[in-house]
Amino acid sequence: MLLIKLALRNIIGAGLKTWLNVAALSFAFITIIFLQGLYEGMNKQAEEAGISALYGGGQYWHVNYNPFDPLTLDKAHSVIPSEFQNLINENLITPILIRQATIYPQGRFRTILLKGILPEQKVISLPTSVLKFQQNHEAEYGAIPAVIGARMAESIGLTKGDELTVQWRDVHGTFDARDVKIVEIFKTNVQEVDNDQIWIPLNKLQQITAMQNEATIIILSKETQSLGDIAGWDFKNLDFLLQDLHKMVTAKRAGGSIMYLLLLFLAMLAIFDTQVLSIWRRKKEMGTLMALGMTRIKVIKLFTLEGALHGVLAGIVGAIYGIPLLSWFAREGFLLPQATDKFGYALGEKIFPAYTAALIIGTAILVLIVTTIVSYLPTRKIAKLKPTEALRGDKL
Amino acid sequence: MQDMILIKTENLDKTYPVGMTQLKALDKITLSVCRGEFIGLVGPSGSGKTTLLNVIGSLDVPTSGSVEVLGKKIESLSHKDAAMLRNEHIGFIFQTFNLLPVYTVYENVEFPLLLLRMKAEQRKKMVLDALEWVGLADRADSRPSQLSGGQCQRVAIARAVVKKPEIILADEPTANLDAANSHHIMKTMIQLNTELKTTFVFATHDEKVISYLKRKIILVDGKIDKDELIAIK
Repeated sequence: MLLIKLALRNIIGAGLKTWLNVAALSFAFITIIFLQGLYEGMNKQAEEAGISALYGGGQYWHVNYNPFDPLTLDKAHSVIPSEFQNLINENLITPILIRQATIYPQGRFRTILLKGILPEQKVISLPTSVLKFQQNHEAEYGAIPAVIGARMAESIGLTKGDELTVQWRDVHGTFDARDVKIVEIFKTNVQEVDNDQIWIPLNKLQQITAMQNEATIIILSKETQSLGDIAGWDFKNLDFLLQDLHKMVTAKRAGGSIMYLLLLFLAMLAIFDTQVLSIWRRKKEMGTLMALGMTRIKVIKLFTLEGALHGVLAGIVGAIYGIPLLSWFAREGFLLPQATDKFGYALGEKIFPAYTAALIIGTAILVLIVTTIVSYLPTRKIAKLKPTEALRGDKL
Repeated sequence: MQDMILIKTENLDKTYPVGMTQLKALDKITLSVCRGEFIGLVGPSGSGKTTLLNVIGSLDVPTSGSVEVLGKKIESLSHKDAAMLRNEHIGFIFQTFNLLPVYTVYENVEFPLLLLRMKAEQRKKMVLDALEWVGLADRADSRPSQLSGGQCQRVAIARAVVKKPEIILADEPTANLDAANSHHIMKTMIQLNTELKTTFVFATHDEKVISYLKRKIILVDGKIDKDELIAIK
C-alpha cells in the first residue's frame, strides 16, 4: 500500500511526462479494443447473415453432397424423408434441390448452380415469395421465374425482367434447356447464395430434372432442433457450417494483429524509455531513498510499480474517452467502402463493432502485464546499485 | 560510559579500485562517538571524511576492520538490516539537500515516517513539529524548486530529525549555503543537539561549521591526524 501511494505520488508529480505516456498507452489500449471489436463485430455480423440467409439452425445434407465438389451433385439427391414432411408443412424446414447447369450470358458459356426452393418458405431470408406468383403465371410469361443475387446479376449483365437460357441434365443424364425470367434481384451480404446461382421454384426444378419430391439439402429454421439420425442424410450443425467463416475471421484477425502489436510496441517503447531515463536521471533519488531506509528490493518494486501504474492510469483515461467513443461506433457502425464486398465473407454496408467483456478484460490484462514487464526490465539495474554510487550519481 | 558509545570503529580500512591500483580512502581509523556529541570530521577534499560518514551510516562497508553503530556490526549487516538501521536510527543530511523533487516540503519530511509505517495522525504531528523546529511550517505545501538553498537544507534537516534518530550524519551541510544561512542551519542543529540529545557527525571543511563543533577529528589522507575536544564558547 505504501509503495502504491509513493508510486502514485511520483508519477502524478512527474506531470506532463506521465500524461504523455498515459495518452500514448491509452490510445494503444482503445485502438486494440476497437480493432478487436471490429473483427468481433464482423464475425458476429457474418455469422448472423449466414444463419439468416443460408445456414438456418443447421442443415441435413444428402450423404453424397459435398459443396466443394460439384461433380457430387449428380448423385447428391434423394426423396425427402417422411420425417421432414410435417415440418416442411409447418414452414420450419425447407428442402433445397441443387443441380449443375449452364448459362450463356453474352454468348459465353458459364457453369452455375440451379437451386430449387419452396416459394412459400420462411426459413431463410431469400425473397422467394415472388416465385410463387410468377410460377402461377408461368404459362402467361412463357419462362421459368427465377431470382438471383445482385452480384450474379451484375456479373452476367442481367436486370429484372431479362430472360436467359439455362441448360441442365435431368436425372437420366439427358440435356434439356429452357428460358428463365429474372423476376427479382436480391441484395445480400452472403455470397454463398448469390455468386453463380439461380433460384427457381423447387417443384419446377424437380419436374424438369425428373427428381420428383427430391432434395439435396434440408435447411432447418433457427428454432428447429436436429431430428437425429436420418438414413441417407447427415446433420450438419452450426459449428460445422460456420467453421470456414470462423477460420477466415481468425486469419483476418491475425493479419490485423500486426497493427495492434505495432501500437502496443510503440506504447511500450514509451514506457521503457521513461523507465530507462528514470534509472539514469533519478539515480540520486534512488540513493536518497536507500539512505532514508528503503531497501533495494523496495526501490525496484517502487520503480516497477510506477511504470505499471501508467497502464492503470491509461485504463482510466482510456475509459473516460474510450467508452463514449467505442459505444458510439458500436451504435452507429463503421461505414465500409464498396471494395469490401470482395472481402471474402458476408459484410453489410456498415460494420458494427462488438465488444465483449472477455475482449476488454483480456486487453486490459495484456496491457498491464506487458507494461509491468517493460517497467521491470530496466529497474533490474537498480539491484546492482550501491547506495553511495547512487548518491554520487555514478553510472550504473 | 560504555553504553553511551553509539559509534565505534577499530582499525577501519576502506580501499577503492582506481584503474589498476587500489586507493586507500580510510587507513586504520579507530574512534568512538558517544551519545549527544556534536562532532566534525574535518579535512581537505579526498581525506576520507565522506567515506567514513558513509561507512558509519551503513551506506558502505569497510574493506577491513570493524564498525559498530548502536551495537550493530556494519560489516556483517545484510542489505535489509542496514536499510532498517538507517530507517530507524540514522538521519542523513546531504550537501546537495537530496530532496525528492516531486514531493512537497511536507511530503519530503513525512517520507521517513512512511517507511516506519507510522499512523497518519502521529505522522502529521511529527512532521509539523519538525517543520516548526526548522521554521518552515508555512512552506509545507511548497515544492523544493520553490525554495531557496537555505530553505531546502532546512527541509533536509527536518527530514533527518523528524523521526528523532539517535544519530544524524551530515555531509558538508553548508557547502552550498551563504554565511547567514550556514549560521542559521548550524544554530538549528545545535538546538536539536541540546534539546533532543541527538548525536551529530559532520563531514566538513567549512570554517563556519567548524566554529560550532564540540569535537573535531582531523583526517589527512584517510588517517586520523588529530582528535580534539573544543571548549564550548
